[in-house]
Amino acid sequence: MSVVSRPLLIGTLTVLLVVLSIASLSAGKIWIPWSAWLDVGNDPRWAIILELRLPRTILGIFVGIALGVSGAALQGYTRNPLADPGILGVSSMAAFGAVMTLYIGMGTSAAWVLPVGAMAGGIAGIGLLLMLSGSASSVLTFVLAGMILNLLATSGVSLALNLAPTPWAVNEIINWILGSLSDRSVQDVRFAVPFIVIGAAVILTTGRALDALTLGDAGARSLGINMERTRLLLAVGVGIATGASVAVTGIIGFVGLVTPHLIRPLVGARPGALLVPSALAGAVVTLAGDIAVRLIPSSVELKLGVAMSVIGGPFFLAMLISLRRRTA
Amino acid sequence: MTQLAISNAFVRLGEKQVLNNVSAAFETGQVTAVVGPNGAGKSTLLTCLTGLRKPDQGQATLNGENLFKMSARQRARSIGYLPQIPEVAWAIDVRTLVGLGRTPYIGARGLSTADDTAVGAAMARANVTAFAGRSVTTLSGGERARALLARALAGEPQWLLADEPLAGLDPGHQLDAGDLFRRMAREQDCGVIVTLHDLHMALRIADRVVVLAEGRIFADDTPVKALSPDILARAYGIQSRLQEGEGGPMIEIVGRRA
Repeated sequence: MSVVSRPLLIGTLTVLLVVLSIASLSAGKIWIPWSAWLDVGNDPRWAIILELRLPRTILGIFVGIALGVSGAALQGYTRNPLADPGILGVSSMAAFGAVMTLYIGMGTSAAWVLPVGAMAGGIAGIGLLLMLSGSASSVLTFVLAGMILNLLATSGVSLALNLAPTPWAVNEIINWILGSLSDRSVQDVRFAVPFIVIGAAVILTTGRALDALTLGDAGARSLGINMERTRLLLAVGVGIATGASVAVTGIIGFVGLVTPHLIRPLVGARPGALLVPSALAGAVVTLAGDIAVRLIPSSVELKLGVAMSVIGGPFFLAMLISLRRRTA
Repeated sequence: MTQLAISNAFVRLGEKQVLNNVSAAFETGQVTAVVGPNGAGKSTLLTCLTGLRKPDQGQATLNGENLFKMSARQRARSIGYLPQIPEVAWAIDVRTLVGLGRTPYIGARGLSTADDTAVGAAMARANVTAFAGRSVTTLSGGERARALLARALAGEPQWLLADEPLAGLDPGHQLDAGDLFRRMAREQDCGVIVTLHDLHMALRIADRVVVLAEGRIFADDTPVKALSPDILARAYGIQSRLQEGEGGPMIEIVGRRA
């Protein structure tokens, strides 16, 4: 693959996104044919489109944007193609935050409690991560810190699961771990989208710093990059975007890992140039995955988070093998 | 003429006193070579002079202004820095790499025409134009070193602080790089400070040599005086002879000091 021009890349991804959005509104247990589409407002199937599939599609797009841009930013910051909010424990921390509100029984007291818990978890997660790994730390320390954080958050969730007071709570917690876009409401859209937009916008301001970080920490600082500021912006941006996503869909892994990796060769590997295309491609991947889980014939709908792991695990393995081959 | 100076600097790393009361002032229009045995504190001195490391005690100033009170961007515009082991994390092409040198100047709209001109000029001077489109990962060690040098030149800094810029270059390219440093000093009134291991190259390209050992300055003088057998014996523990060679003075290293 070689570098393609930026307008072409962004244009193609946008067209793909539009096509997939229409497919996402049409696809499911009940397929909505063109005839129903054209009969605006009168066909009863419009209710399915507007009330079930529209929120689901919008969330798919924005959650994909959040994961794609967060993954690209974290890979740029760590200078490591194997970083993403899932692997570094940010998603798990957000899930842990959400689960804690369920566990202590506050999650249902008001609609805002659980999402706020998830976001607080996400921001605490990435804050801890950046703190643990220190300022001049190596990539290795950063990734190790992320894995340890992931372990801690996951064990916290397991503990909450084990000690959950009611089967209902168990069920809810499992939903967070598996991650899904199904049965989302307009309420979820209203909550998540603004935060994802803010988070993504904050991340986009770090583009130049991520470019300079190609030359390492000392290289970037010698070029006038304020690393403290960059770290803070990344913590806030990734924390908010990932936290808001996890708050409405639970953990959806691998989108943040795989997407930047696929797009990187197309933008000439410059980390700053990767952010916007990776956000769009994240939306494409998430939407495509969500359409796929709806179309797979099974008695129970496959959860998107599970499907992504099933695809992402082998991808991860293939990446590792090709990386080893290159360095061997 | 402007001045980059460090005074009474102490730096401690763990158990080791890396810089022990170091004072030196550098001037533009000159190439200064900092030499000394491994672990002498050369790299640390350079990072203090770039404003990347604040000494535990002491001052670093640019034209009398405290280096650590200036904004990072302002400092980056004046002082270009080439680390000893330069990292290039991604498979970017050479032109993009050199373009990173413009970071302190880039506004919200990305690289301007002026930036492009500076990048082109830097690539020409470091002799990397021929492979501008190639990915950094495919370059040989020498090509990579030149591309990184071009990156440092692209910022058009008034000061260039390069940590072992000649390591990994063949003798021909070492001479080219040395000439480039001298031209920058002469023609553009740049201040060039390089750390070197090769004492011959220090003799050849430097206007002035600072000998650093055990975190202290042993000599700060013209190359011939600073690299005298007496000073080299104390700094390196070697026995040497200064000779007149065909290309100028040269140092014959006789062996370890008896």
